[in-house]
Formats: sequence, C-alpha cells, structure tokens
Amino acid sequence: MHSPALDALPRRTAPDLAGYLLAAPAVIGLSVLLLLPTAALLVASLTDMELGGPPLRWVGLANYAELLHDPAFRQALRNTLVYVGAVLPLSVALGLGLALLVEGETRGRAAFRAVFFLPVVSLLVAMATAWEYLLHPTIGPVNRLLALLGVAPVNWLGSSEWVLTSLCMIGVWENLGYVVVLFMAGLTAIPPELRAAAETDGAARAWDRFWLVTWPMLGPTTLFVVTITAIRCLRVFDTVAALTQGGPNKASEVLLHLMYREGFTYFRIGYSAAITTVFLAVVLALVLLQTRVLERRVHYG
Amino acid sequence: MTDGIRIEGISKGFGATPVLRGVSAALAPGEFLSLVGPSGCGKTTLLRILAGLETAEAGRVLIGGRDVTRLRPAERDVAMVFQNYALYPHLTAGQNMAVPLAMRRLSVLERTPLLRHLVPGNAGRRRAILADVQAAADTLRIGHLLDRRPAQLSGGQRQRVALGRALVRRPAAFLMDEPLSNLDAELRAQTRKEIVELHRQAGVTTVYVTHDQVEAMTMSDRVALMLDGRILQVGAPRVMYDDPCDLRVAAFLGSPRINTLAAVVSPGGVSVAGALLPVLAAAPLGTPVTLGLRAEMLRLAPSGMPAAVEHVEFLGSEVLVHARLASDEAMVARLPVADAGRVRAGDRVHLAADWPGVLLFGADGARMARRPALTHA
Repeated sequence: MHSPALDALPRRTAPDLAGYLLAAPAVIGLSVLLLLPTAALLVASLTDMELGGPPLRWVGLANYAELLHDPAFRQALRNTLVYVGAVLPLSVALGLGLALLVEGETRGRAAFRAVFFLPVVSLLVAMATAWEYLLHPTIGPVNRLLALLGVAPVNWLGSSEWVLTSLCMIGVWENLGYVVVLFMAGLTAIPPELRAAAETDGAARAWDRFWLVTWPMLGPTTLFVVTITAIRCLRVFDTVAALTQGGPNKASEVLLHLMYREGFTYFRIGYSAAITTVFLAVVLALVLLQTRVLERRVHYG
Repeated sequence: MTDGIRIEGISKGFGATPVLRGVSAALAPGEFLSLVGPSGCGKTTLLRILAGLETAEAGRVLIGGRDVTRLRPAERDVAMVFQNYALYPHLTAGQNMAVPLAMRRLSVLERTPLLRHLVPGNAGRRRAILADVQAAADTLRIGHLLDRRPAQLSGGQRQRVALGRALVRRPAAFLMDEPLSNLDAELRAQTRKEIVELHRQAGVTTVYVTHDQVEAMTMSDRVALMLDGRILQVGAPRVMYDDPCDLRVAAFLGSPRINTLAAVVSPGGVSVAGALLPVLAAAPLGTPVTLGLRAEMLRLAPSGMPAAVEHVEFLGSEVLVHARLASDEAMVARLPVADAGRVRAGDRVHLAADWPGVLLFGADGARMARRPALTHA
C-alpha cells in the first residue's frame, strides 16, 4: 500500500532505542543463562581444565581426539543410542495406545490419567530404589514370579547382558505416563465432528477412523511427544546413577553418567566438557532431523 | 423405488432432560423435509439419530424401507453435511470428496497409508474414484479447487466441498445440519437455490435441519416444526403458514412475526378492550382467546383499532408500520407504499383487518375452530 501521506513521513533509519530497551531483558537473560554457559562449555572443552589441578592449558582438539579412542566413551555413546532407539518408539507407541484406550472410555478417565502420570511426578531416584528391590536377583518379586513360571532367575541389574534391557524397561515406565497425558490432551483437541463425519463417510472400523482422522490430527502432538521423549531418553542419568553406576563392566554406561564421572569424580572438567559438547551435538542433530523430516508431514490445522 | 424415511416414536434424553419426546414422521422417496425450530428444540439430535451418531432410547428409524435403528452410521447409507462442514483439514478438497468412495470401494489394506502400495491392481479402482469425484466437483463448479486444502478455501467453497462429499456416492438419504448458517446473507440465498436444484437433480430423500424459517419455507416440500422435543406440525410451507395448528407454529413462521391480540368470546364476535370484533369463535361466551393477525392482514382504515405509530420501516416495495394499541399490544402492519408512504412515527392511525380471515387460538395456544358465519353477522 502506497499512500503519498505515508511517503511524506520521515523514514525511520536510526535504530530505535526503545526497541532495544524492550528487548534487553530477554536478550540479557538468554545470554547469561544459555548462550554464555554454552560458549564457556565449548571453551572449557578445548582446555585441560582440572579442578584443583595445575593452571589450565590450551589443548585444542586433544580432548575430542581422546574421546575417539576412549572405549568407555564409545560404549557410553552406543548404549545411549540403543537406549533411545528402544525406549523412544516403545513409549510413544504404548503411550498412544493407552491414551486411545483411556480416551475411548469416559468412566475413570481422570483416575487413569493420574495413575499414568505418577511416575512423572514421583522422584525418580526414590523410585529407583523400588525398582532395585523389584529386580533384586534373590528377593526381588520379578524373579520370584519368573520362578513360579519355571524360568531361571535373571540378574537384571548385575549382569552385563541384561542391565541395559532392565534400564530400558524402567525408561519406558518412566516416560509412558508423560506420553499418555500429552496424547490424551491431543486427543481431546480433535473436533468430535470430524469423527462423526468419518463415521457417516463409511469409516465403520476404529482402524479406519484412526488413519483418517486421529493420526493426522495428532500430528503436531506426535511431533512434540517424539522430540520431548527423545531428549528425555538422551538425558538418561538418574536410573544409571542410582542403580548401576554404569556397571557392570560399563555395560550400562551412558553419556551423561560418563560426563558426570569424568567431571565430578575425577574432576577432569575439560574432558567432561568435551563429552557434554558431543551430547549437545547429538541432541541438536536429532531435533533438527525430526523437525526437518516430520514438520513437512505434519498438518497444523 | 425404495421408500423414503420413516421415523417412529423416537425418544431421547440427555441425563434427566428429555430432548425428544416420541417424534414420528414419514418422508416420501425423494422428498425434501425441513426440521425447523428454535435452538434446543431437539432438531439436531433427531438428525444425528437418523445418521446413527446418537442412539435413541425408544423408537425406530427406517431408511429406504430398511430398519437401521441398530446400524452404525457407516452401514446406513446416508450422507451428512455438517454445520461447520467437518472437512478433513489435512486432505485436499478432492481427497475429502474421495473419502466416502474409498471407504466403500477399497479394502482395508488398500486405504491404509503405506500399506496400500502392497496391493496390486487397485490403480483402476482409484482412477474410477477420481473420475466420480471430478464429476461431482463439476456439478458443483469446484473442479478447479480439488487440489486445495480446506484452509485455502473460502466459506462458500468449503460448503460446496462438504456438499460434494455427500453427493459423490449417491446415498439413500441426505442429512443436512444447518449447512448454510456459516455463510453470509447473499451467499446463503444463492446456495439455497443451488441445494434445491441439486436435490431436484439427484432426487434423494433429504432431511434439512435449520433454525431459519426462510430456508425451511423456501426450500422444502414439507416443513416439520419442532418445539420442546416434539413435532408440532408437518405440512407444505403454504399450509404451515396459512393454516397453523398452534400459535407457536404461527409465531415461528413468517416475518415479521404474527401479531397477537388477547380477546374474549362475546355475543356476536370477540371483544378486545371493550370493542367488539366480528370474529366468530366456536367456543362458549367468556372464553379467553388469542387472535393471530399476519402483518399483511392489517390495513389503515378511517375507523378500527386506534394505534400510535412507533416506528416505520421503509422497504422500498412496502412499508412496515410498528404501532401500539391502546391495550399496549404491539402490532406490525405490512402496507403498500401508496397507503402508508406518509405515515410517520408519532402519528395516530386506525388499524383494521380482514376480520373473518383472522386466525383464532385458544388459551393453550391450540388453533380454535371458527363458527360458521351467521347470515346476519
């Protein structure tokens, strides 16, 4: 739109001070809380910083080079990716299924929602103790149940072949409630008219209505759930720290626990910072991939 | 030829509130019936029961001679047009219209995403579906919009896509739930004509729910007026207007609303505020009655009911004169411009009517029989 009156007004070329002032709180907050710490992390990862050690030296990419050849790091990276690969699809699929079941029945909906959300609000370290008891090789109820069925006891947390599986199961339990509640919120947002239209259009089976209405309309929710759950899985730490400390024999070592040990047990801040940087890069890559691939397929109605 | 639709004694309540109280109606094959009534009268619930989206507590629904009371919506062979169109937002207009055909003509495997490519030889059936969609779209003149998503369409275009989705598979019945209520006035009048035209071409039995009496009167073969979960009267628009069985029917149909006048049966007529009007009621003397006077029944006269003009609406072809009687009852008269062109607010006029043609209602609102006029009256 061009009007002579507007063109006659003086062009505003000088930066608007009020604008910068208004943006300042957010910019300062973002810098102090997010950007500066990240920059500090990157810088620290290029040094041999050690708490209480000699004055720090610039070592360039030496920390990263060490990572490449560190079997503990490779094991941790592999375990973390296996954990994400198992827990993410399982909790999303099971969570969606449970949400559909709960949402389909009006009775007791609130109660189910509360029960499924319990793991999310409970303190994971405390719940880990409960899991430790449940999975105890001799007195644990899980093994006693298996014994009743004639299955030999499994050393769930103590054997290197089972420990990651056990952690994955606990991870699914931990994430399921979160996923269920998010999907239930997404389901209630679907206009009931669309399901009615699908019914009259001939979608007699729940299967058809799911693919015609529910799944596409849940798109934004699913994208959000997958992203959040992937990050939550990548961040797995509490259960490892409380139950296995990465053992036995590094069979349950994960990125954040390794970082914690290097940084806070051995005080190798520089090396620990390098692990964290790799962790951040993995998270970023995953989020970028998801938004790039999924965003294009998701319909925001 | 199959039967139309039969509705037998449908009752339904939500909790303790009864919504439908034993509604019955029958539609001839190809008939266009409007269910009209104020909001909350149960008309939409009745339509949803016909579609199978709600279950009735009592009664039966027969469509095309088949008892569908216990059938799911998909098995009833009806198509529904929803008030807010209910188009699938992630599908294009063409895909929306193809859904009812895909659901019927393709197997479960063929219409499941990703799996459909596993089925050999369904390309032919898909082409047939596309051709049918194109034909329906051409009828509705939306052939050029098939690649757009609902969000990229205007209200009127979405309306056509929703109609197309209903039309495309030639169902046994069309059920329409206030399909025009989201359109602007001009588009509504135009679409009204088009729906009537489509109905004439397709000849499919249609139930049309609306709260707009103009739509009901102009589009329907017959109108069913619903109030408080009951059908008060069913009939051709003309019959409903000229011969309403109840004051509420008379009040709902017609704009401006019918004028009412409280009166008492007296010797030689009815008396209104002391004046005797030559309206002969078949009721004992002293019975309170209500006179119903359509706006066009009133005229200005040298003598008659004295009234004070409050407001004059000039409509070009006619004038609506709003006046108040001495008894404080408001009256609207529809008058020719030639008669009332110079009437102004504040004027005092006399209103007369074609008294023998006036509608007569009892105290309970039911239409009252008239006594044959005596020769000397």
